[in-house]
Amino acid sequence: MAEVLVFAERREGEIKRPVLEAVRAARRLAGSGKVSVLALGTGASSVAATVAPYGADRVLAVEQPDLDLYAPEPYAAALAAAARETGAALVVLAGTAMGKDLAPRAAARLQAPCLSDLVEVEISETDVRGRRPVYSGKAYARVRASGRPVVATLRPNVFPAGSPDTSRSAAAEPFAPALPPGRIRVVRLEKPEEQERDVAEAAVVVSGGRGLKGPENFSLVRDLAAALGGAVGASRAVVDDGWIPHAHQVGQTGKVVSPSLYVACGISGAVQHLAGMSTSKVIVAINKDPEAPIFRVADYGIVGDVFEVLPRLTEEVRRLKRE
Amino acid sequence: MKILVGLKYVPDTEAKVKVAADGISLDPAGVKMIASPYDDYALEAALKLKEAAGSGEVVVLCAGPEAAGTVLREGLAKGADRAILVKDLPERADGLARASVLAAVARRESPDLVLLGKYGVGTDEGQTGPMLAELLDLPHAGAVVALTVADGKLSARREVEGLVEVLEGTLPAVITCDKGLNTPRYANIKGIMAAKKKPIETLTVAELGVSLQDRVVWEALELPPPRQAGKILQGDPADTARELARLLREEAKVL
Repeated sequence: MAEVLVFAERREGEIKRPVLEAVRAARRLAGSGKVSVLALGTGASSVAATVAPYGADRVLAVEQPDLDLYAPEPYAAALAAAARETGAALVVLAGTAMGKDLAPRAAARLQAPCLSDLVEVEISETDVRGRRPVYSGKAYARVRASGRPVVATLRPNVFPAGSPDTSRSAAAEPFAPALPPGRIRVVRLEKPEEQERDVAEAAVVVSGGRGLKGPENFSLVRDLAAALGGAVGASRAVVDDGWIPHAHQVGQTGKVVSPSLYVACGISGAVQHLAGMSTSKVIVAINKDPEAPIFRVADYGIVGDVFEVLPRLTEEVRRLKRE
Repeated sequence: MKILVGLKYVPDTEAKVKVAADGISLDPAGVKMIASPYDDYALEAALKLKEAAGSGEVVVLCAGPEAAGTVLREGLAKGADRAILVKDLPERADGLARASVLAAVARRESPDLVLLGKYGVGTDEGQTGPMLAELLDLPHAGAVVALTVADGKLSARREVEGLVEVLEGTLPAVITCDKGLNTPRYANIKGIMAAKKKPIETLTVAELGVSLQDRVVWEALELPPPRQAGKILQGDPADTARELARLLREEAKVL
């Protein structure tokens, strides 16, 4: 049994799925202990209805409009204050861009150990043990943190959120710790003009590489991604050549993804790229070179020309989805 | 403006990962060590800010083994003015230990700006920057892809799950840098020659008055389980595409 605190990241007021995954994981780890959730900004108390079905017992709501947008200093101070208030043995955050930025700052404020990007986590009387990808997923480290509390981020898309139990409810309690003003703050959010799905949070990613021969042929990848309801990724080679913006790059110096389905089209599978996608649940490779390293990590593959295979595969997927 | 740039000494990203006999370390045989690639963006940003201002100082800092002096020498060759090496930080020191050591150096240097990579490749944690900022009681912005600094103020952009956060604030500050911020330069011969005359100050953790604690311990380093051999289809594009779609639906159940 342990008290567990979860940070409920909100983007434009909304709770995203990785937070629900964290709440569900916290519920399991807490045993008969309480799961508290910290929510910040306008409408923070409304979070209770969203997180209760996944296992939250109470929500500490800091209803301050100046916390609607992320500001590392007051956010970290609020999380540290909530950790002290709840006596949490473990503070859990979703390993999103915000969670990765906030967790270490809050941990330093608490002089607490911090475990990043866990794919497994267990708690005992004295410590927290976890497993996390290192060397960009080329290996895993088993790590142990001693002390109370321990701060941890959970890799999105790994821990199941499970189905909601709508009979559960959580009390929202006003929480008003003293917070510093925040000398660097987010002043606004911008949506990229081309509103595309982000590879880091997509359940399906279809990526293209040099085998597409030119940026104009990326439409083949986009079409398959659209048919699968997925995001468009790319290898470093084609990003470096300017075919597609860096935000799409999957790999060690791009984004590390672990979707349910990853389709690599015309990508040979350099170590750099494999490091960014090898933890995907199902990997599909389409490449005309049967010796391409990508086939060594692929669950399914087609040895063939992407120009011939992709349009047909897109058509088959559309047909199956219509059925 | 004085800028402190943190360089982490890490295995080359192309290195093959093999577990050493102790079961915890990376087998160092044949592994080239480099400055973490994200730190290259930090150094480039620092050098550009100094060049734009026409004055100032760029100090490169590394905490690691004594051999890490090589990445500092490279930083000097690219244009940093001087270097500080903390030569005895253990390889798997946790984020708070590393940040404490960097904070101790930063307190002696009082920079206007501390620039680091968004994370050190290898451990892939991204803890040092935000922790360092908290320990120094400075604001921070993490994983920025754009940065402008003028008159004691800064603005930055960072990419978050399909959106861009626009940040504004004041110096001094800690900034961690992401790919896309700039194109890092290579050292030229002139720079390499000049670097030989630039000073590297060497310190120890004890001299900085930091006592390290093992709050996070690595217990094992494991390779991912080998994937089962995949089903690789060959033949007519229409047939293989149809068969693949069927397998994805009926066997893998992802469609």
